[in-house]
Amino acid sequence: MITQSSSRGAERREISKGEISRPEGLEMTGKISSKLPHSPGRLLEPLLSELSRPGRHGFTLPALDVSARPLEQLVPAAFLRREAAPMPQVSERDLVKHFMRLAHLNFSGETNFYPLGSCTMKYNPKVNEEIAGLPGFARVHPYTPEEGTQGILRLLYELEQLFKEILGMDAVTLQPAAGAHGELTALLMARAYHQAQGRLRRKVVVPDSAHGTNPASAALCGFEVVEVKSNERGRASLKALASAIDEDVAVFMMTNPNTLGLFEQEVREIAELVHKKGGLMYLDGANMNAILGLFRPGDLGFDMVHVNIHKTFSIPHGSGGPGGGPVGVKASLKPFLPSPIVVEQDGAYRLSSSGPRSIGRVRAFFGNTGALVRAYAYIRALGAEGLKRVSEGAILNANYLKALLKGKYPIPVDEPCMHEFVASAKELKATCGVKAMDIAKRLLDYGFYAPTICFPLIVEEALMIEPSETESREVVEAFADALVAILGEAREIPQRVRGAPHRMPVTRLDEVQAAREPNLRWTHSS
Amino acid sequence: MDFTPLTSEDRRLILDRIGVASFDALVEQIAPRVPRADLRLPAPLTEPELLQAASALAAGNITTNNRISFLGAGSYEHFIPSVVRYITSRGEFLTAYTPYQPEASQGTLQAMYEYQSLLCDLTGMDVANASLYDGASALAEACVLALRETERGKLVFAQGVHPEYRQTVETYLRGTQVTLEKIPQKEGISDLTRAESAVDSQTAAVIVQMPNAFGCLEPVERLGALARRHGALFIVVVNPISLGILQAPGSYGADIVVGEGQPLGTDLQFGGPYLGLFACREKYLRKIPGRIVGMTRDTHGRRGFVLTLQTREQHIRRAKATSNICTNEAMMALAAAVYLSALGAEGFQEMARQNVQKSHYCFDRIVKLPGIKPLFSAPFFNEFAVQLPVDPEQVNQRLLKTGFLGGFPLKRWDPELKNGWLLCVTETRSKEQMDRFVAAVGEAI
Repeated sequence: MITQSSSRGAERREISKGEISRPEGLEMTGKISSKLPHSPGRLLEPLLSELSRPGRHGFTLPALDVSARPLEQLVPAAFLRREAAPMPQVSERDLVKHFMRLAHLNFSGETNFYPLGSCTMKYNPKVNEEIAGLPGFARVHPYTPEEGTQGILRLLYELEQLFKEILGMDAVTLQPAAGAHGELTALLMARAYHQAQGRLRRKVVVPDSAHGTNPASAALCGFEVVEVKSNERGRASLKALASAIDEDVAVFMMTNPNTLGLFEQEVREIAELVHKKGGLMYLDGANMNAILGLFRPGDLGFDMVHVNIHKTFSIPHGSGGPGGGPVGVKASLKPFLPSPIVVEQDGAYRLSSSGPRSIGRVRAFFGNTGALVRAYAYIRALGAEGLKRVSEGAILNANYLKALLKGKYPIPVDEPCMHEFVASAKELKATCGVKAMDIAKRLLDYGFYAPTICFPLIVEEALMIEPSETESREVVEAFADALVAILGEAREIPQRVRGAPHRMPVTRLDEVQAAREPNLRWTHSS
Repeated sequence: MDFTPLTSEDRRLILDRIGVASFDALVEQIAPRVPRADLRLPAPLTEPELLQAASALAAGNITTNNRISFLGAGSYEHFIPSVVRYITSRGEFLTAYTPYQPEASQGTLQAMYEYQSLLCDLTGMDVANASLYDGASALAEACVLALRETERGKLVFAQGVHPEYRQTVETYLRGTQVTLEKIPQKEGISDLTRAESAVDSQTAAVIVQMPNAFGCLEPVERLGALARRHGALFIVVVNPISLGILQAPGSYGADIVVGEGQPLGTDLQFGGPYLGLFACREKYLRKIPGRIVGMTRDTHGRRGFVLTLQTREQHIRRAKATSNICTNEAMMALAAAVYLSALGAEGFQEMARQNVQKSHYCFDRIVKLPGIKPLFSAPFFNEFAVQLPVDPEQVNQRLLKTGFLGGFPLKRWDPELKNGWLLCVTETRSKEQMDRFVAAVGEAI
């Protein structure tokens, strides 16, 4: 059985080898296993500072067309730099070569399968890039008089309406720049809401499976964080919550489906409990892709929700950002929305303060408009039916992948999942010394990005896998084959897995040294 | 449109393998008796229809393509070399995730290391992170750091800090007892006498913007010394373009440098996504918010890069993290790295020099118009304020009709600056455009 799987895996290796384009110069990393012709000291790509040669430049400004005056006459000498800032000096050709060679060292959503749990690495439609680049969106100054921004304001206003409908909420702010920023915004609103009712509530409750941003955002808002244990089915337990939810709880933050990809079946009962004690229900919408068009947070009892437009709404993740974290709220929280908001009157749009009880602004200017334009395009392209197909595809792919791995990798909570599920390498670690991290690294050799690992914290040696709706059945199967092949390797030649990756531009990197003796920038003397 | 590849045949195969009769049956198992959504949304659009609809919304907007702009106030029009857009539109960067698997992300990691290095070189700071959301939220994070570092409860703000930045800080600190005190401006810059009385032993940080929101150059040496004397951190908000000719904040005692990195190769985009710059002294390294990339070696001794010092971050430290930030603005940081490298040492200096020369050319001419006088006497970089004889909003309305995007009406920030008008002149303005603008202003007042 295992041998068979391994041989299927070997075939897949051939396929995945073709999938990744290898830049020149990478032969030095060698093929597979330990016979690496390594070359200590050889560089994949020099730093810009190493490429720099005095006198080169990659861009020329037009000559100054006003008569130049001595700089010291315009700006007192005390303010002036004595030497030019040491920026790199490279030709445009060398600059492009440098960054393209760096580009080729990356896996990306476009070139590789990215089964990162809770990150929703779906395909990013190209038309959205074209739309966001239209000068009418890209080259508009944020302080342009409103008659000159009616198109943008209308788009933003319509986007708010679309989110209200999708989320089942009464009002939306588009201002937050990312999911965690949305959490911060919503929690500040919750604080203001409770204060307005003359009560100072100190606690925010989160399940132990929550994303790290939840407790971090709550702490930043000055709340005390209370963590509640999940039950044996990986879910928030009504029983455990009954004692944790008291009249000092401002907000219960929930992720639904949770980080195990499981729907919180008691969500409405939990909401009732929280509401009875005067608290607010918050949905971390990181996993919104699973319920898009299927369930609405507002119908499930949530009072506030953020969405990550760089996950659910197809904004490219940009190697880490930018994103966007719109927040939807029920009517009772509307007065506390950050300013400014878009208002419409007789077909004319303007930015307005959201009123005297607003929490204020959470950033400069309106928001990550360039990202919001892409989210708008995505929703308009898909419509209600298309959005439903998103969650359907995400759920089917995840359950299919889980079924393909059944009996191979333990799934701690083996129930029908939503868009993702969590497998565990706990057993492999005990029997072969192969950890979740090793499997992740070995997957890179097979041409697949790794799942999210070691999260959620409630599963030992977790592999959190989210295939997303934009991957084909063939890709999902190829990935399952790779995981099964790695299982065979782990049992037969565990050192191959423990030593992975073997076919990437670099082998495993010393993270301990990186943290112990931080080298965070180049220096010019060396 | 539809980006899901599952065919009906795929669906059937998948459902068989899962062992359910239909998708609906599966959903009923997942979430029994939960009411389903029935979304009422506009009908889906094909790509041509979508482009048409979006183009219609884009068409009427006033842009820096269809107006000659003199508007800045925190968001700046600069020429962006094609190479910047090319590199940042590459899918290998654009569609990659946060580089949590370093072996598959060396491109992003090295680019971020280079960005951090460039930012340190620009600011004269020891360390920088790999970006925050924008200038305003970067300032809020800097304030949080200073409050934790000093365990004090007061922030002293120069009035010349962009009001939206100050408001953002106020929002971030709503859950605390921290007080904010203002150093009023005099002639556009911080009144040093008032600064002396505002800063005391309870002050966590003195916060100044350079050049400030009125365009003026602040007495940073003396404000920095004042902060140091009281054991407060000195936080400087910069316009990075100005650092082509202005002293690096590290040379006048800044502890933390933040700012809006948008001028370094990012489009105006109606205010975002922009780039939160954050750099500081090494002393605060383990208190920095956000991601940091470090250099290390692989098992064969080859140079490589990783996300490092992650024990500061929310995914490890949770409630005790230095910040809640996760997603950042990596693509804008990449744009900044490409932009600065394209310009190079000389080009970057020349860029800043042209900003100064052109803004002063424009200033000299505009204050010769009858009825217009300088609002402040302090030296400036690429922005300056004048006093108009009439309401600037009206002047802007008239200018829009003649092809110009006028300056920022300062009364929106401070009612006392009633007819104050903040003009920005970057390298993108030609002499001929400025001459026409001055003539148009002469007619509009």
